[in-house]
Amino acid sequence: MAAVYAAPNLAGPSRLVSDTVTSMLRILLNYRHSPGLLAASLGVPVVMVVVFGYVFGSAMQVPGGGDYREFLMPGLFAMVATNGIMPTMVGAARDVGRGVTDRLRSMPVSRTGLLLGQTLADLLVSVVVLALLALVGLAAGWRVREGLADAAGAFGLLLLFRFVMTWVGTCLGLAVGKEEAAGQLSVAVFPLAMVTNAYVPTGGMPGWLRVVADWNPVSSVVEACRGLFGNPSAPGDAWPMQHAVLASLLWSAVLLALCMPLAVRKFATHGR
Amino acid sequence: MSDATRTTRTTRTARPTGPAIEMAGVEKRFGATEALRGLDLTVPAGTVCGLLGPNGAGKTTAVRVLATLVAPDRGTARVAGYDVAREAEAVRRAIGLAGQHAAVDEGITGRDNLHLFGRLHHLGGRRARARADELLERFGLAEAGGRLVRTYSGGMRRRLDLIASLVTSPPVLFLDEPTTGLDPRSRQEIWDTVKELANDGTTVLLTTQYLEEADRLADDIVVVDHGAAIATGPPARLKAAIGSEVSVTLADVGQLGAAAVVLSALSGGDAQVDVAERLVTVVTPPGVEVLLPALVRELDAAGVVAQDVAVRAPSLDDVFLALTRESTATTLRRVA
Repeated sequence: MAAVYAAPNLAGPSRLVSDTVTSMLRILLNYRHSPGLLAASLGVPVVMVVVFGYVFGSAMQVPGGGDYREFLMPGLFAMVATNGIMPTMVGAARDVGRGVTDRLRSMPVSRTGLLLGQTLADLLVSVVVLALLALVGLAAGWRVREGLADAAGAFGLLLLFRFVMTWVGTCLGLAVGKEEAAGQLSVAVFPLAMVTNAYVPTGGMPGWLRVVADWNPVSSVVEACRGLFGNPSAPGDAWPMQHAVLASLLWSAVLLALCMPLAVRKFATHGR
Repeated sequence: MSDATRTTRTTRTARPTGPAIEMAGVEKRFGATEALRGLDLTVPAGTVCGLLGPNGAGKTTAVRVLATLVAPDRGTARVAGYDVAREAEAVRRAIGLAGQHAAVDEGITGRDNLHLFGRLHHLGGRRARARADELLERFGLAEAGGRLVRTYSGGMRRRLDLIASLVTSPPVLFLDEPTTGLDPRSRQEIWDTVKELANDGTTVLLTTQYLEEADRLADDIVVVDHGAAIATGPPARLKAAIGSEVSVTLADVGQLGAAAVVLSALSGGDAQVDVAERLVTVVTPPGVEVLLPALVRELDAAGVVAQDVAVRAPSLDDVFLALTRESTATTLRRVA
């Protein structure tokens, strides 16, 4: 028996690829068995369009003119991208708390591959969520007013930001190590999503809050998408608002360069 | 691949001889807590070793060091011939670990759990699936295999967790309190599985707080307290080192002295008298056996009327309590 099932000595890139795929498979199987989870991911954008677009939107006026729902849609896209923190944060914390992380670390696996698989699986799910949100947006009057290439660029930027956020979530989840604690921490993510230009222009905010909102990475992504889609916007003079695409890319690069190695390190040395 | 590399590969994966598990002077400190203070441990290949000790004795840390999860501050640890610090990858290929939790994914089926662990051991999709089915069949989970783990009972989860560590048939298996919190029946099932694995030649290191568990499963027991081994040996020898307890209850308080003389003479021990309970007890020195008929005869000859006579062989609990009491006393003396 031992001879038949002795693990092959897989190393290097082929091990990275194999473990990444297995890890993706695990997350996707979880989604398959929890239709509620997928339904919630898909349902939230629809609810957001109704609540923000029609309830709040009924009393909103975009400075400089333009339709509020068109102003709002890039904000909602960016919101979906930001929410990438949640599933990986809760998942990583749950695995630590239940001893799954320890078991995985006692196996001859690629640690980078395990984490990468989880974030890539999330990216796959978020493609579906963003596509659905776009359809709902189109029904609500949102339009792509620049070229298709620019629109593709906007979606690329959104997926990149979602990918970055899943790594931020992985880092936080491994750091807190308990599912309940991760749940509580997700409340702290709320301001990150709200103190932005996603729902209202930052121009009317008190000075200090406006600085925070203008320099919030989420705002850069929102403003970049508004530009690329050709939707109405009221950016103001702050540097990230004037160079939104560049700012989004810089924020993404910095956060990824920080969180990816940190998460892998945290995973490898947990409890040492 | 050059010939030189190929040779190295072969030597590295060849099953090493010598003890399957070896720890020498392992120390580990977490902040102010000294979890291990020079733990020594040797487990010959193909045997079951029970690591026994109270909560916080360092049992779990010892397993975590051996499973490459924790780096020791000092000392060396080898598993299947490989050093846990320098050859961690080789160690990981040789071991299975089942911890205190049911470390499986609850949101997917039992079969998928095993399938995924097989893939992570790089068996490939088809072999991983076949292996999952084989394990479910062999360990009585074939029917439950297609159900989500979150619908399993506690015992089934633990069994699945144990099976998940067997995907590659590792030569060395670590079980950290495998039956804590389980009902007697589930516990029996885990015990049967461990025995079966041991019969197949798997080296097993298990930690437990249950003396009965160690007594039933282990070839050797290592009693751990305050991060070091305080006694080592087969269960029978540890018990023999304690001696049995002989007690006589009398009808007449006036005969306590006479009974004590008989007991002391017969056992060579120092008999204790409890006037309130009309009880005389003696703990026999190691190796001395007091037989019930002889005891009754001697008491009769001395004219002592006994209401109740009992000879109690020591349990591992007695061994454990005696040893940990001693160890605490030693520590206190050292502190003072």
